[in-house]
Amino acid sequence: MTIAVIEDRPNIRKRRRPAWLVLGGLVTALLLMVLFAATVGAAGIPFARLPAALGLVAADAGPGTTARDQLILWSIRLPRIAVAAMIGGLLGASGAIMQGLFRNPLADPALVGVASGGALAAAGAIIFSDSRYASHLQLLQPCLLPLAAFLGSLATTVVLYRIASRGGRTSVAIFLLAGIAIAAMANAGTGLLVFIADDRQLRDITFWLLGSLSGATWSKALTLAPVVVLAGAAMVYLHCGLDVLILGESEAFHAGVDVERLKRICIVLISAMTGAAVSVCGVVGFIGIVVPHLLRLAIGPGHRLLLPASIGLGAILLVGADTLARSIVAPAEMPIGILTAAIGAPVFLLILLRQRGLVGL
Amino acid sequence: MSAVLQAEGVSFAVGKSALLDRVDLRLMPGEMVAIVGPNGAGKSTLLRTLSADLQPSRGTIKLGGRAITGYTPSHLALRRAMLSQHVSVSFPFTVEEVVRMGRGSQSKAGAQALVDAAIDEVDLHDFRSRELPTLSGGEQQRAHLARVLVQLACGEAAHGPGVLLLDEPTSSLDLQHQIALVEIARRRARQGTAVIAVLHDLNLAVRFADRIVVLKHGRVHMEGTPLATITGGMLRDVFGIDVPVQHTLDGDPFVLPQLMRQPVHHD
Repeated sequence: MTIAVIEDRPNIRKRRRPAWLVLGGLVTALLLMVLFAATVGAAGIPFARLPAALGLVAADAGPGTTARDQLILWSIRLPRIAVAAMIGGLLGASGAIMQGLFRNPLADPALVGVASGGALAAAGAIIFSDSRYASHLQLLQPCLLPLAAFLGSLATTVVLYRIASRGGRTSVAIFLLAGIAIAAMANAGTGLLVFIADDRQLRDITFWLLGSLSGATWSKALTLAPVVVLAGAAMVYLHCGLDVLILGESEAFHAGVDVERLKRICIVLISAMTGAAVSVCGVVGFIGIVVPHLLRLAIGPGHRLLLPASIGLGAILLVGADTLARSIVAPAEMPIGILTAAIGAPVFLLILLRQRGLVGL
Repeated sequence: MSAVLQAEGVSFAVGKSALLDRVDLRLMPGEMVAIVGPNGAGKSTLLRTLSADLQPSRGTIKLGGRAITGYTPSHLALRRAMLSQHVSVSFPFTVEEVVRMGRGSQSKAGAQALVDAAIDEVDLHDFRSRELPTLSGGEQQRAHLARVLVQLACGEAAHGPGVLLLDEPTSSLDLQHQIALVEIARRRARQGTAVIAVLHDLNLAVRFADRIVVLKHGRVHMEGTPLATITGGMLRDVFGIDVPVQHTLDGDPFVLPQLMRQPVHHD
C-alpha cells in the first residue's frame, strides 16, 4: 500500500518593508517628483536653470531669462505643486481613514456623497455669483466658491451622520447606503444647475467638477496647511483604535476601544479633509482608493504606518497627475479629475475583483 | 465570597419580542460556567449583555460590585475579555498583529512576552507571520482566542483575576483543540479567573463546567452541576428530544442520540 504524502500548506509569509525604508523612500520620491514637476509645463524651465530660478545660485542664463523663470516658478508653479501635494495627501489619508472606519477597502469619501455635496454647493455658488443678488456680497466674492464647497461637504456629512446614527450608535451599512443616496441627490441637483447655467457658467462648473488645480495660489496653500497638520496630529491618536476596529465594532468595544467616540472623530476628520480638498480643486476621485490599497500591498494594513504613508503617496500621485494634466495638451490643460479617474477606476475594479470573496460583495 | 459578575433581573427586548426575560446569574471568581440551550434561547444575547456590548432593557449587570455601565470601555477591557462567535478580518493582518491587538494601552514591547505565550498556548507558533484571511476557520478562531488571552493577561496584571466570556469558542475547532481550549480555560480558572462560555455540545459542557445554566425562551430553565442539569427530563423539556442520558465510568453524564448511530448502507 502506498501512502500519499500530503504536503503541508505553503507557509506564505508576506515580506513587509521596514518603516524607515518606506517613509524615507516616499519622502525621497516626493522630492524628486516636485523637482520634476517644477521643470515641466507650458513654459519649460530646464533642469540646469532650476537652481538659479530658485535663487540658490547666481544667474548665468541672462537676467531676462532668470527673471521670467523666477516669476513662473514662484508665482505659478511652486504654489500649484504645494497645493497638489497637500490635496493629494488629504485625499490619500482620508481614504485610508474611511476604509478603516468601514472595514472595507472600497470605501472612499467620494463614494458617500461628501465630495458630491461640496460640488453641488460650489456649482450653486457659481450660478449665484452671476446673479444680481451677489452684488450685495461683494466682499465674499473671492472666497464664495471654496466656502460653499467646504460648507456643502460639511453639511452632507452632518446629514449623513444624523441619518446613520441612532441612540449614540452609528450603523456603518446605513451610513454607506445613505451616502450613496445623498450622492445621487446631490448629483441630480448639480445636473439641474448645469441645465439652467449659461454657456460661460457651464464651462466654469464643468471644469471645476472635473477637478482642476489651475487656480492654485500661495494663499490657498496656506488655507490647506492647517488641515494637513490637523490630520497628521489626529493620526497619532487614531491609529491604534482603527487597527482594532478592523475586528468589528463589538470586538473593538470588547477590546477597550471607545468605538462611538472614535467613529465621531473619524467622520468629522474625513469631512474636514475632503471638504478642504474639494473646496480648492473640485472633485478628484480615486486617489483615496488607490493609495491605501497600493500601500497595504507593500507595508501591510497597520494604520501606524499606513496613515502617514498615505499622505506621502497621495502627494506623489497628485503632483505627478497634475504635471501630466498640464503638460500633455500644453498650452491647454486637461482636467485632473479625468486623469485620476482614467487611472484609478481600473484599479478600483481590480480591487473589487480580488476582494469579491473577502468583503462579501 | 462575592460574585465577580452578576446579572439581576436582566431582560432584553427587540421590539415586542423578549430575547431575555428576567435572568439572574452570579459568577464567582475561579468558577467555570457553561450556558446551554436550543437555538434562539438567548445564549449569545445573554453573553453580550454580560459583556456590556448590549444594554439590557430592564435589570442591571454588576462587575466587581459596580454597575457595568459605570465603566469606560478601556477600564472594562481590563476586567473582562470576550471572544465573540464570528470575527471577520477583511484586511491582511498577520496572526501576530491580531494577537497583539489584545494589549490595549500596554506598550508593544511590554506585551511581547504575553503575545508569544498566547500564540504558543493556542498552538499557532508556526503561523504567526501568516495573514489571518489565509487561515482556516479553526485557525482564525484560535488566533482570536490568543488575542483575548493577551487582553485578559494585561488586565489581570493590573487588576487581579478578571472574567473571561467565550461565545461558542469551539464551533470551528477540531477535537484536539477543543480539549486544549477546555484546558486553557481551566488553567485560568485555577488562577481565579471566572470563565463563562456558551456551548452547543452538551458533552463538552459537562467536561468544561462546574455549573451549567440551561436557557429556554430567554429564561433560566434550570442551573446546577452537570449531573443535576443534564438529564433526560431536561432534554425533553428544553430540546424536545427523547434521549436517555448515559454516564461515564466516573459518573459524568453524556448524551449520544441513538438516531445518529443508525447504520449507513453501502452499496
